[in-house]
Amino acid sequence: MEILSLLGDGMLLAVQPQNLLLIVIGVTVGLFIGAMPGLGSVNGVAILLPITFLVPPSGAIIFLAAIYYGAMYGGAISSVTLGIPGASTAVATTFDGRPLARQGRASLALVTAALASFVGGTVANVFFTAFAPLLADVALSFGPPEIFALMLLAFATFVGLGGDDIPKTIFSICFGLVLGAIGFDQISGAPRLVLFDITGFLQGIGFLVLAIGVYGIGEMLWTIEQSRGDVESTNPKMTMRGMAADTAEATRRGWKGTAIGSVLGFFVGILPAAGATPASLMSYGVAKMVSRVPHEFGRGNPDGVAAPEAANNSASTGSMLPMLTLGIPGSPTTAILLGGMVIWGLVPGPLLFVQETEFVWGLIGSFYISNVAAVLINLAFIPVFIWMLRMPFTILAPMIFVLSIAGGFAATRDMFDIWLIVIFGLGAFVLRRFDYPLAPAVLAIVLGPIAEPTLRQSLLLSSGDPSIFFTRPVAAPITIIALILLFLPAVKLLRRGRGKSGAEPS
Amino acid sequence: MRNGEIITAGVLALFSIYLMWESAELPIGYIPGRGPGGGFWPFWLSAIMLACCGLIAFNWWRRTSPPSRSEEPFLDSYGWRMVALVGGGVVVFVALINIISMYGAIAVFLFYYLRFLGRHSWGLSISLAVATPLVFFFFFEGAMQITMPSGMSFTDPVFDLLYEIIY
Repeated sequence: MEILSLLGDGMLLAVQPQNLLLIVIGVTVGLFIGAMPGLGSVNGVAILLPITFLVPPSGAIIFLAAIYYGAMYGGAISSVTLGIPGASTAVATTFDGRPLARQGRASLALVTAALASFVGGTVANVFFTAFAPLLADVALSFGPPEIFALMLLAFATFVGLGGDDIPKTIFSICFGLVLGAIGFDQISGAPRLVLFDITGFLQGIGFLVLAIGVYGIGEMLWTIEQSRGDVESTNPKMTMRGMAADTAEATRRGWKGTAIGSVLGFFVGILPAAGATPASLMSYGVAKMVSRVPHEFGRGNPDGVAAPEAANNSASTGSMLPMLTLGIPGSPTTAILLGGMVIWGLVPGPLLFVQETEFVWGLIGSFYISNVAAVLINLAFIPVFIWMLRMPFTILAPMIFVLSIAGGFAATRDMFDIWLIVIFGLGAFVLRRFDYPLAPAVLAIVLGPIAEPTLRQSLLLSSGDPSIFFTRPVAAPITIIALILLFLPAVKLLRRGRGKSGAEPS
Repeated sequence: MRNGEIITAGVLALFSIYLMWESAELPIGYIPGRGPGGGFWPFWLSAIMLACCGLIAFNWWRRTSPPSRSEEPFLDSYGWRMVALVGGGVVVFVALINIISMYGAIAVFLFYYLRFLGRHSWGLSISLAVATPLVFFFFFEGAMQITMPSGMSFTDPVFDLLYEIIY
């Protein structure tokens, strides 16, 4: 009961006119930042952090958390309407969101994304409120072997996502991981993989550089080539009645994915350094696995939109948990929020709940309000996003190239990275022609810098003995599930191959 | 496509070997007391990439992957023309950034694409090519406080005028 009364006080604080205004502005800004290819919640929060010094700390963090929320909703918009994920957290949303848009059902995809995000956010808020201290304890007990096992599980789900060509999928994963290793060795500090002795590689290759190259340039070239200049999906009229029908259909066909994403997303989100990207990907994988129609995934199944969207919102709330209670950021965005809190003179950690009760519960209350604001603003803007789809493709295509290059520069501030974007784009176009899946590479470059140190620390703990992943009570089941997932398609393929050769006349 | 499949696999295999060689500049084995060396992670990942290239070649030989069965060319004449005009356009766009500024390059690229590739009217092409960089300028420089490349010094008068508006 005490929690409910604290939450009530928190919500009252969040709906004070100034805070409510900050929430509405934050969510709207977040939606647009999230929808812009190249700018995600990290960029939005990082860039707007300085201007929050104009308001008190509670208002400032409410504003930034609202941007975070809005960006999670917004990422889906460009995934669906343009086929380019606005942020890494929305990569999995393109898998089914884009096919739906191509079928002229962009509004269904967007409504599904909005509703799933809302449910994901709400479920996560309830979890956050109820289980905060307990869950923080669980996450804190995770050591490097557990986190690496979780990463392995995330990679194993890629193999299932990449279609049938397993060698190409594994190549793509490893390629992304190696790209993530370029720059400096995180542990010894020695320069590593400075390719062709070009010093630009010393600063490493950011996730956005590969993502914008693959999705902004490569994908567009591929679309233009495939469509023979005669693109693109147009969407039927957007009416209140149509949206009501879409809402009913989204609820009917997307509830399972939403449920999986909401729960799984939160728990992956609270793990330090895991965050919304692996959460959305894993939720997509699990939704596909448990679906009665897994072959429909990747071709426009609403569950395939709902699962990652529910998960990324749920995870974004989840990732706030270790940040607030333990001072460990659960995602890059919360790392920046953490930095902001320190500047505002707050010390994140368990004491915050005791000493800054009003601040903490005001923030938690604002999560609920932001979530409602985000779904309302998002649904209100859907016709605008549909309008974007109606633009002739010969206008949309150059705009996407321009957004990709300008957005890429805004995020990296380096011309070397812009050239890499172009090279990756052209390379991605060629590889795509030969059926190499590229989403695994993009996700691997994000997870690589987390996976490598945890593997090395684990092996250091065990003096080089890999059995450490099979002997710890939490790591062992995760590793075993990952290995089963990894080898299942290979076994299936072998059996299918054997069946085929057995059927052939000898 | 069939030839392209094996050539691509070969190029990627060579690239994997190059990555292994580069990784091996740092220790790739286990260093007692310090854990795996700095080259350990990329070296073994590159080795897996090389093994995957071997498997791709094996599948090519067995003709099990779709591209290895396809007798279509990698790109037909339309495809090559498209890559040259659009891909080339993007390369020129990026090359122009350091000369006529990000905004100048955006204007030129948009005009080229809209008028010559999209065959839109002169009016629409010019208005979009002028309006878009202006909107970008006020968004990035004004709202987001991000300074984009301003090109060579001859663009200064234009930027001075624009900066006067936002500051």
